[in-house]
Amino acid sequence: MNTTATLTPDRTIRQPPTGGRLRWAVADALTVTWRNLINYTRIPDAIFFSSIQPIMFVLLFRYVFGGAIHVPGTTYVNYLIAGVYVQTVMFGAVSTSVGLAEDLHKGLIERFRALPMARSAVLAGRTTADLVRNVGVLLLITAVGYLVGFRVQTNAVEFVAGLLLVLLFAYGLSWGFAIIGLSASNSETAQLAAFPVLFPLTFASSAFVPVTSMPGWLQAFAVHQPVSQLVDAMRQLMLGGHSAYWSSSNVWQALAWAVGLLVVLAPLAVLRYRRAA
Amino acid sequence: MVYPLAPAGDVQPAVEAVDLVKVFAKGNVRALDGVSLRVEAGTVLGLLGPNGAGKTTAVRILSTILTPDGGRAAVLGHDVVREADVVRQLIGLAGQYATVDENLTGRENLRMVGRLSHLPKGQTLEQADALLEQFGLAEAANRPLKTYSGGMRRRIDLAAALVSRPPILFLDEPTTGLDPQSRQDLWLVIEELVRVGTTVLLTTQYLEEADRLAHRVAVVDHGRVIAEGTPAELKADLGATVIEITLADPPSASAAAALLGNRDGKAPTLDGATVELTVEDGPRVAAEVLRALDQHQLTVVGLALREPSLDDVFLSLTGHRAEAERTGSTDDPEADRRALAPARGGR
Ligand SMILES: Nc1ncnc2c1ncn2[C@@H]1O[C@H](COP(=O)(O)OP(=O)(O)OP(=O)(O)O)[C@@H](O)[C@H]1O
Ligand SMILES: [Mg+2]
Repeated sequence: MNTTATLTPDRTIRQPPTGGRLRWAVADALTVTWRNLINYTRIPDAIFFSSIQPIMFVLLFRYVFGGAIHVPGTTYVNYLIAGVYVQTVMFGAVSTSVGLAEDLHKGLIERFRALPMARSAVLAGRTTADLVRNVGVLLLITAVGYLVGFRVQTNAVEFVAGLLLVLLFAYGLSWGFAIIGLSASNSETAQLAAFPVLFPLTFASSAFVPVTSMPGWLQAFAVHQPVSQLVDAMRQLMLGGHSAYWSSSNVWQALAWAVGLLVVLAPLAVLRYRRAA
Repeated sequence: MVYPLAPAGDVQPAVEAVDLVKVFAKGNVRALDGVSLRVEAGTVLGLLGPNGAGKTTAVRILSTILTPDGGRAAVLGHDVVREADVVRQLIGLAGQYATVDENLTGRENLRMVGRLSHLPKGQTLEQADALLEQFGLAEAANRPLKTYSGGMRRRIDLAAALVSRPPILFLDEPTTGLDPQSRQDLWLVIEELVRVGTTVLLTTQYLEEADRLAHRVAVVDHGRVIAEGTPAELKADLGATVIEITLADPPSASAAAALLGNRDGKAPTLDGATVELTVEDGPRVAAEVLRALDQHQLTVVGLALREPSLDDVFLSLTGHRAEAERTGSTDDPEADRRALAPARGGR
């Protein structure tokens, strides 16, 4: 083995090829995505428990509350699945915060900052890995839902469009949770800081029960907030119209929210990342 | 060991810092208060200083992680702020606070660093395997770092800094917490790197480490360089000989110190039951001291004359000994405060 060649300094300074800066940024983001995905697979119990949770939600709500909650026009299990999709990706976004807080406090980001990689790669790689994980989670919920009686009432195209809408919304949200992760003093705080945002948004919504069952003051919030918009948009796309509860206007509003979140939160997260040093 | 001289005509320093200032708004700490450093190509500069002196802060600025609030710094002539992208291609960093991914294997970590350094693919793969071999990590290459021992962690950290074969290497306390054997192993690697032409800036709290590896040493305290020179120069500045007198117990030692008073303008220092004097003419003073102590019925249980160590240099410059381990208990309450300062990232 040639020791000297391995250690001999190399003073080459690599210039990006034309248009290469963007190509480097994409390649770096993919490298960080790859690293984050490997991290998921190295903690199998985390995968196990994060899969158990949506399955429990489907089963519990379907069999425990399903009998008590009546939604006109469709079965409760059909109504429920959209809520579980959205609830799961919302809570899943916490892992964006926790993962980034860990990378920051354990010193990995410190190392990254001294490498000639694109500054955007840490955040892009983290949010993309979480997007990939969400794809898996949505497929899992769909499969379990089918086992307990959920059936798409529209067609494959609308259904897939609905799933994409949920993914886009979750992706935008990830950037917001990235800000929490970069601001928290450790990964436990990052997790705790996320819940006060998540609980009211997820449960004071149409995710699991029709908002008409809520007191008036709460209804006003529940109807208009983005999570309800997204859940009802998903229902419109999976179950079709003809409902007093949801319509195609939910789809446009949810899409606007999803795009809005991304456009506003991504630059803020990048700013926060620049300062977190 | 003998290091080769810097190539003739290479007058530009490998690393240069001029009047660096860094103030952390949080805690209102002036971590660097006008630090100037110069590392010639192919040499090792040891940055020595107590906890909180500003060593890590200086390394973080030089490695483009932090921007200075004042002054400037350059690596091979490239400004660390304006040309950070170029500097990042020339440096390797292994540090107190910079780590690799615990859940990835050794090989995956090195490949990740190679890719993020935009090395050609073949080079990344080859270099990763060669480094694993070189650092005795070939067997553990496919295990996640979580399963590595402390010594193996340091080696993979250093290997990660070497994937792109950087001409300049920053090592922030590379051997803190290692056992003597692992420390020796790492020193051998660093010496090999210097032999093939790498410039190294290394921070340490181990004077022995600076003595062994560094061509020049800069002593930092309270964000300032308070002394600079070769280890030999620093020791020579201090005086020729150290006399160590051990008495029966600490109270007798205090009494002896008071009795002996200043010698050659320097006060005796106390360490438990031992009194130390740094003097020009060791043997003559030693005889005189023994007579004086005898007259006052102070029993001498041990006597040693030795050359000053870097530790003595450190003590005379900073007023306290270097703390090898962060025990959090020193005689100096201010040092304690600094040692308890928040960990990096806690802002
Ligand atoms: N991010 C930060 N925010 C606030 N204060 C900081 C920060 N980083 C360092 N400091 C402070 O700056 C001073 C210098 O710290 P630095 O880490 O550079 O010292 P050091 O010489 O490396 O110490 P050690 O030997 O303990 O590693 C300390 O008082 C420290 O508390
Ligand atoms: Mg330090």
